[in-house]
Formats: sequence, C-alpha cells, structure tokens
Amino acid sequence: MTQRTRNWLLLAPAGTWFLVMLIVPLTVVLIYSFGERATAGGYSPAFTFEQYANLPARWAAFKNTMVLAPVGTLAALLIAYPVAYFLAVRVSPKWKTILLVLVIVPFWTSILIRSYAWIFLLGGRGIPALLEWIGIEGVRLINTPFSVLIGIIYGYLPLMVFPIYVNLERLDKRLLEASSDLGAKPWRTFIQITLPMSIPGIATGCMLVFILLMGEFLIPALLGGGKVFFVGNALVDLFLQSRNWPYGSAVAVTLVVVMLITVTIYMRLIKRLGAHREDVSLM
Amino acid sequence: MTNNNDYISKKKFMEELYRYKRGSVTRRHFLNVTGLGMATAVMGAAVPGLRPQPAFAGDIGDRVVLATWPNYHDPANFEAFTAATGAHVQVNVFGSNEEMLAKLQAGGSGWDVFVPTNYTITTYVGEDLIEPLDTAMLPNYDAASYNPRFAEAGSVDGKLYAVPKDWGTTGYVVNTAHTGGRKLTSWKDFWDIARNEFSGRGMVHDYQLTTIGNALKYFGYSFNSIDEKELADAEKLLLDVKPHLFAISSDYQPALRNGDAWMSMAWTGDGKQLNSDMPEMEYILGVEGGEIWSDYYAIPKGAPHRDAAYALINFLLDPEVNSREVLAHGYPTADARTNALLPESLLNDPILYPAEDLLSALEFGAAATLTDPNRAELMARFKSA
Repeated sequence: MTQRTRNWLLLAPAGTWFLVMLIVPLTVVLIYSFGERATAGGYSPAFTFEQYANLPARWAAFKNTMVLAPVGTLAALLIAYPVAYFLAVRVSPKWKTILLVLVIVPFWTSILIRSYAWIFLLGGRGIPALLEWIGIEGVRLINTPFSVLIGIIYGYLPLMVFPIYVNLERLDKRLLEASSDLGAKPWRTFIQITLPMSIPGIATGCMLVFILLMGEFLIPALLGGGKVFFVGNALVDLFLQSRNWPYGSAVAVTLVVVMLITVTIYMRLIKRLGAHREDVSLM
Repeated sequence: MTNNNDYISKKKFMEELYRYKRGSVTRRHFLNVTGLGMATAVMGAAVPGLRPQPAFAGDIGDRVVLATWPNYHDPANFEAFTAATGAHVQVNVFGSNEEMLAKLQAGGSGWDVFVPTNYTITTYVGEDLIEPLDTAMLPNYDAASYNPRFAEAGSVDGKLYAVPKDWGTTGYVVNTAHTGGRKLTSWKDFWDIARNEFSGRGMVHDYQLTTIGNALKYFGYSFNSIDEKELADAEKLLLDVKPHLFAISSDYQPALRNGDAWMSMAWTGDGKQLNSDMPEMEYILGVEGGEIWSDYYAIPKGAPHRDAAYALINFLLDPEVNSREVLAHGYPTADARTNALLPESLLNDPILYPAEDLLSALEFGAAATLTDPNRAELMARFKSA
C-alpha cells in the first residue's frame, strides 16, 4: 500500500462523515430555501427569492442573538479567565484535580434540568424574595434578557475555562520569573507576558462559546419565557410550529452566512493581536 | 406446562430469573415456570379493564409509544396496562397540534398512538398521515355511548379515524387575591387587565389557535377568523400587550402556583387542578365566546407497534379505566358509561360543565386555522417581536 492510498483510507471515515452529515444536509437546506411552503406546511419545490425577501420579519431574533451572544461570550470570558488563571498558576497540584473535576461536574446533568433549576432560582420565590428580605423590592429577574444572560454564562462557563486553563498551564513559568527579575511589577508581567501568551486559549474559548451561542434556543426558551427570542427559537418555531420549511431554511442559511462573516472578522482581529493562526485550535 | 401452579423454591425462582435476565429463556417461559404469569392473570381478571380481550390476545410486543399532552393521564393506568400486557407505555408530551403535525409530516415519529384535537383530523386524513380504525380491535368502543357533539370529528367521509378521549374549553385562570374584588368575565377584561393592573403578571399560550383566537374575541370576531383585516387587528392587540406579559408559554401551572403570574389562558383541566389546590384561582370563560374542543385517540400511518396501539386505546376506553383518567386530569368525557361511574360532585362541577349560556357562545376550532400561513406567521411575528 502506498503512502497515498493509506492517507486516503485514513481520511475516508472523516470524509464520509463530513459529506453525509454536513455537505449533503446543508445543500438540502440551501435548495429548500428557494422553495415554497406546501399548503398544509412542509416544502413544495419552486424557485423564488420570496423567503429571503421576507427575512426582515425575523430581524428582532437576529438582533437579540447578535447582542446576547457576544455579550454572553465576553461575560463568560471575564469570569472564566481568573478561574483558569487560578487553576493553572496558583493552585497546588493536590487541589488542582479536585477543582478541575468540580468545573466539569455540572456537565453530568443535562442542561435542560439545570436550566429548570434556574427558573426557580430566578423566579419570584428565589433570588427576588431574598432581595426583598434585605429591603430591595420589586426586582424582576425571570423572563428577561438578564435571566437569559445568566443562563448562558452559567451553561457555557466550563467551555471557556478549559481552553484558557490548558493554555496557561503550558505557560513557561521561567518567563514570569525573568520578568520579575528584570524589575517588572506583577501587574506589568501579567499585561506584557501572561495575557499575550494566553491569547490562543482566549480565542479558542471565545470561538467555542460564541458559535454555540449563535445556535442556542433552549436557554432563551426556558429562562426567557418565550419573550427573549433567538434565531434558534425562530428556527424551532418555523419547523415545528408553522411548518414553513423554505422560510426556515432561508433563516438557517442566513445564520450560517452571518456566522461565517463574524468568525472571519474575528480571526482577522485575533491575528492582528499577534497570535499565530495555527495556535487557534478551532480553525 | 402442566405444573405451573406448583410451588417453586426461592433458589429455583432466582435461577429462572437469572436465565430470563440473561435472555436464555423467553418472558413467557419465565412467567409460566415461576407462576407469576398465573398470578398476573388472576389479578388482571379481578380488574374489569384488565380482563383478557381479543385485542390483547397474542404478544403485542414490549412497548407502545404515546404522543399526548401535559398532565393528561393517570400514570397508574399505564402501569396496569404494562402489568396486563407486558407492553411498556412510552409517553411523549407536546405543547401544540402544530408540533404534532410537524413531527408526523417530517416522518419517522415512531408513535403508535397520538391525541389529536377535533379540528386537525381532516388535515391528517388529507395528508394521509392517519390510519382508519378497525372497531373489531376496539371492543370497548361503543359509538352509541358518546355525546355526538364530541365524537363526530373522529369520522371523516363516514370512515372512523379517531375515538373520543375527553373534551374541554379554553378560558383563563385568574388569581382573585389580586383583582381587588373586581369580577372578570370577558376576553376584553383579560387583555385590558393584562396590559394595565396585571402588567408583568399575565400569560398566554405558546399556541396560535388559542392566543390569536382569544385576541380575535376582544374585537368580537370569530375565534377561527382567517380574514386578513381581522387578523391585523388581533396582531395589533397582541403586540401592544406583549411587553406586559410575564411569559408566552403553554406550561403555565408552575408560574401561577408560585405566584410569579396572576393570570393565564388555561384549559379546563388545568383550571380544575389549580382551583382544587388553590381556591382563589378562578376559571373564567369569556362571555364573547372562545374555544370548545374535543381530543381523540388515533393511530398514525406506519405505527411501529400497531397491535399494542389498539390494545392501549381499547384499554383506555374501558369505562373503569377512563373514570380514573378523568379523576386524574379533570377534563369531562363524552362517554355516558364512564360518567355513570364518576362522583356526582364532578358531574356538577361548573369548571368542567359550564353554564349553557357560556357554553353556547363557544366555537370548535376550524381546520383552516391549522394550515393557514397567515395565522402561523402572525404568531411567529408576535413571539419574535
């Protein structure tokens, strides 16, 4: 067997998967997006741009997603970075494993159940009742964009912690010592050494969280009470309620395009920040 | 096996159990040699609903998949069914008829029995998604015992496709602790208080038929209207009320119970369940009218466990079993045989059986609303606004 054949054979499973699970469905979605809704719902073949012309009707959903996904990603980053730094740099090896496991533990239960728990925490008898007890009255948390944001940060935090942790863990501690020997204050060492060197981890974490958030529908559905609507919710509705497959396909295609554009801009930015493209493991 | 009534030692029993668990003997062999089969049969015979009947004859498989609505069955009945037939009931819960239709249209739902509402059945027949029922397989179905008003939608062009489960109304539940003694009576009251005194406390269904239908009632239009001008009025009202709503959800009991929401569109059974637990929860039918509906049992085309589907429907139609269902879900049934077994207090309950003048204003949902693209898109615009 030549090297070439062997390479092809090894790539075959992934290639087949890629073709059957990604290329073919995306092509079907693209074809459907030019069709028409059948009378009782579903798809009827046609060639029309009507579905795309109708996209402004879902503007609010795109707007909500494009606001809450970056804000959620940023908030998760701000919370995750200190955690990852603490785990990678400060904690003794004895505690490290235990703390790392604690970060993963929430994944042992489905996000559905954990979001339900948040319904009770954020509902009138949860945190607002506690606030009332200390004198802050009339706080409404559940079914607001804020409650959705909390759910998002909570649900996606581990995905942000791990890439940054792995990155900081590999950080050569001698560099920090050298910086300190040369007279830099800890704050300066962090800004000039640690932070720039952890950009690949940050980039990976942000990308992971942001892409998943763009397709999120469960957290807004549960913690938004049907009032905070993401593109994901629009898609669920179009396929499962109004059964308008062509319009749903057009919305899906648009979401993919928006994501591609955002990710491309994002990658450019990261590159300009000095990280090498190869370091960002998702690309 | 002639000695299946004989004593079986603990040791032998465990051996047989292990053989069965390993799969080296069949369930039938296991039940036979251990005597459990006989025990089940004796127990089964003591309960009328479990009496062996033609539909149960033979092996119906180990499961049956039921697509139904929330809070809609007595779980003990499913356990009894499993004990009698060996088939485990797997329950899928849905929030709207649209969702059920979407799943069946997409194909491969894997359902054996589902629970469509009156106005959807003609669409299922038209789309060839539903199976005509063979009444020979449903000995417990007695057409004459049903009030025809709640049974007639089950037949399309003289062919029986669905048998009645129960019926009900769509009104709203209000927590009277917050109304300050004011008596709400209409859909106009509902929508007006939702955007004023009850701002942030009201809920509507995540379901186009009832949410749009009851917004149409505000203007006195038909619950089923698909007229574009009337729908535009309803949309204006919905968009105006939306910022004041607590949530858009068909799962309204938790929020009403914990006090987050004070008012919600509601179906009979939820009204009954809430009112029984919290007397301040009042169930109101709008004087302008609104929806009356009837739910049915039906079998989708290509049901993977067809025999089990018939067995389950037949089991649930048994008056004895059905009366326990009614006690659990709190919706009235159209079956006179079942009603004969229910307590008088339930049959006179004003939530289950509203006064005739309120009842006569109600409309059955119309088939056109299910497939009308404008209503579907209106609901989506309302939700994404």
